Amino acid sequence: MDQRTGTLSRRGFLTAAMGAAAIPLLAGCSSPVSAGLFGAQLSPETLVYWNLFGGGDGTRMEAMEAGYRKIYGANSLQATTFAWGNPYYTKVTLATVGNRPPDVAVAHLTRAKPLWDGGLLEQITEADLASVGLSSADFNQRPWQAQATDGKNIAVPLDTHPLVMFFNSDVCKKAGLLDSAGHLVPLDDMDTFEAALAAISKVTGGAAMTIANVGGETATPWRVFWTFYNQHKDATPFLSDNGARLTVDEDIFLEVNDRLQKWVKQGWVNKALDYATAESYLFTGKAGLYLEGEWEITTAQSVKGFEFGMVPLPTLYDTPASQADSHTFILPRKNRSDEQRLQAMKFIKAMLDQSMIWAKGGHVPAYLPVADSAEYKALQPQSQYASAAEHAVYDDAAWYGGSGSTFEGIVGAQLGLIQQLASTPKQAMAAIKTQLRVYLNTPSPL
Amino acid sequence: MTTTTLIVPPRGRSRYAAHPRARRDTRSAWLFIAPFGVFYLAFLLGPTIYMFVMSFFNTSTVRTGLGSFAGFANYAEMLTRSDFWSSLWHTLQFTIYTTPPLVIIAFVFAVLTNRMRHAQWFYRLAFFLPFILPSATISLIWVFIFTPSTGLWALAQEALGMTPGSGVLSSPNTAMIGIAIATLWWTLGFNYVLYLAGLQEIPRDLYEAAAVDGATPWQQIWSITVPMLSRTTTLVLLLQIIASLKIFDQVYLMTGGGPGISTQVSLQLITGTAFTDNRVGAASAASVLLFIVIIVIAVVRQIADRAAARKEF
Repeated sequence: MDQRTGTLSRRGFLTAAMGAAAIPLLAGCSSPVSAGLFGAQLSPETLVYWNLFGGGDGTRMEAMEAGYRKIYGANSLQATTFAWGNPYYTKVTLATVGNRPPDVAVAHLTRAKPLWDGGLLEQITEADLASVGLSSADFNQRPWQAQATDGKNIAVPLDTHPLVMFFNSDVCKKAGLLDSAGHLVPLDDMDTFEAALAAISKVTGGAAMTIANVGGETATPWRVFWTFYNQHKDATPFLSDNGARLTVDEDIFLEVNDRLQKWVKQGWVNKALDYATAESYLFTGKAGLYLEGEWEITTAQSVKGFEFGMVPLPTLYDTPASQADSHTFILPRKNRSDEQRLQAMKFIKAMLDQSMIWAKGGHVPAYLPVADSAEYKALQPQSQYASAAEHAVYDDAAWYGGSGSTFEGIVGAQLGLIQQLASTPKQAMAAIKTQLRVYLNTPSPL
Repeated sequence: MTTTTLIVPPRGRSRYAAHPRARRDTRSAWLFIAPFGVFYLAFLLGPTIYMFVMSFFNTSTVRTGLGSFAGFANYAEMLTRSDFWSSLWHTLQFTIYTTPPLVIIAFVFAVLTNRMRHAQWFYRLAFFLPFILPSATISLIWVFIFTPSTGLWALAQEALGMTPGSGVLSSPNTAMIGIAIATLWWTLGFNYVLYLAGLQEIPRDLYEAAAVDGATPWQQIWSITVPMLSRTTTLVLLLQIIASLKIFDQVYLMTGGGPGISTQVSLQLITGTAFTDNRVGAASAASVLLFIVIIVIAVVRQIADRAAARKEF
């Protein structure tokens, strides 16, 4: 029944076409397609680097990447920026599980620990550090010791970014809180601080200090709470055993939150402001003080004619403390040759060497040759609050914890409700317990 | 007499199979279906079976293998989690908001387009065009439209003399409605095209006969168009309900499940549990529960449909 007509049948044509289409797939070993299909490396001399920096941080990171390309060539680096928070860490996790991780990635110190627990990171040995002329002693010991997990180095810290207090010079001057040099007078005990709040409130005719607490903002209420909580000498960890036990000291929790609620009721602290508005209150003189991470320096400096300063948060209880995290470099688990390992370390070293660019964005450098340099010490107002990094308090290690995590989301939302006077500290504590129940009772999947 | 037996149609497959040409045709048919079959097994049936298995284990994203046996613990956890129930409700809420308008408006527009004498192509294009856009694009467009105080929506509100609020997507009461409106604009074209195809199947003689008998256009629609399109409606309704129950991308891109978790839908909870919490086992249990809900809804709808059909005849 096959009638040979001599012409190409439709089926024959299709078969031939499919065969023809397969040839380039198999032939070109260095093509992007085969790289995707067979896992071949696109070009071995290019280092793949992932980060999560947007805004001012993103611009500065791009400048540092350009610095690396200047040394190692235009094709030496493929840098990709992803959306901040859980989506970023999900991508790092899945790429590593799927054996296609970047050569180097950025991680918050508190998020590097769950990645390590999941077996997704490679240890960074003293030999690795030495290969590019680094050693443990080159780093601020606070982040350095915080990253060490199970006795191993899992991440190289680039910075520490503590919660700090911004002040509007004009408003604070009118409130009589500036010395002759234009520095904020020390406000290091509760009575002094509350008197200052009252004085500023008189000047502004409204809020004295702003804290972002609505519009999906859960990180700031958490940072503020965790700072004051840890200023108590009896403060216990919020979570213990990698997130299996809730060990927060409820008396201190209530004390700190009662205090915050009192400030809101007095009209000293805003009841409900989103991130951008809380900040604009400081810029426009509607408030004298503003609590946020030091990275907001870029925004503050971009406001024309705005005079401000930044200081560590005043010690209102027993001991200085500031909630903080660190941006670190991690080596995701993958098969690397010694050469690739060295290449990754060279990249990290090049980034550390450019810490000064990073420091201008507000972050306190972790790399001591830069942090101790005269140039950094002359940087204003950065050097004014650099000591906050010495009292950095990181979030407790938990498989669902860390910056921008599920834990911060749950607890921060309740702390925000306290500041909005929508919830009492006791009710918030009860809600936190209920919502964390699933996570406390679930063994770590990592 | 005996001739009648000759016109009895051949019964069963055996007679076809006996024919050598038919057998060869069957074989090549299987061959042509095979690529699809392989993909179906590898990427749909296989993972589905794996999902059922995983739902009974503490499977982790970062560990190989199934992990320790959990029994029904994952199911128990999901069934006692308030955010699981709220996400299920938000999924149903979205389905309720989108299904009736997507069926009714698509029908109305199709009937109107079908009556157009000129430039029908333009309406077909205009209504179908949004459907070819990716969800990321429609989400961006509608987030712009819903931007508080400066968006198109706020401008329209101002023009109507209303005071624009904090924005449709920033209030827990209206965020889901905003997502439903964007979805309506986006996916209407698909149902519309199905209806238009159905309309063109209806013989014109029916309308002519009805017109001769003095039926008004309304009566024609009610007594000819609607019943003749009942099969299309069945299809559209089923496809629409299932599509709406699988809602994910618009919510993820437009509100991220917020404010709070007020628009978090089931698939988002599942994604979060699987990839943020790294608990694929627990996420599988949630997936199985959603799967059951979808099947129950499909079966109930099918039974209702059968009952309605039986009443007609």
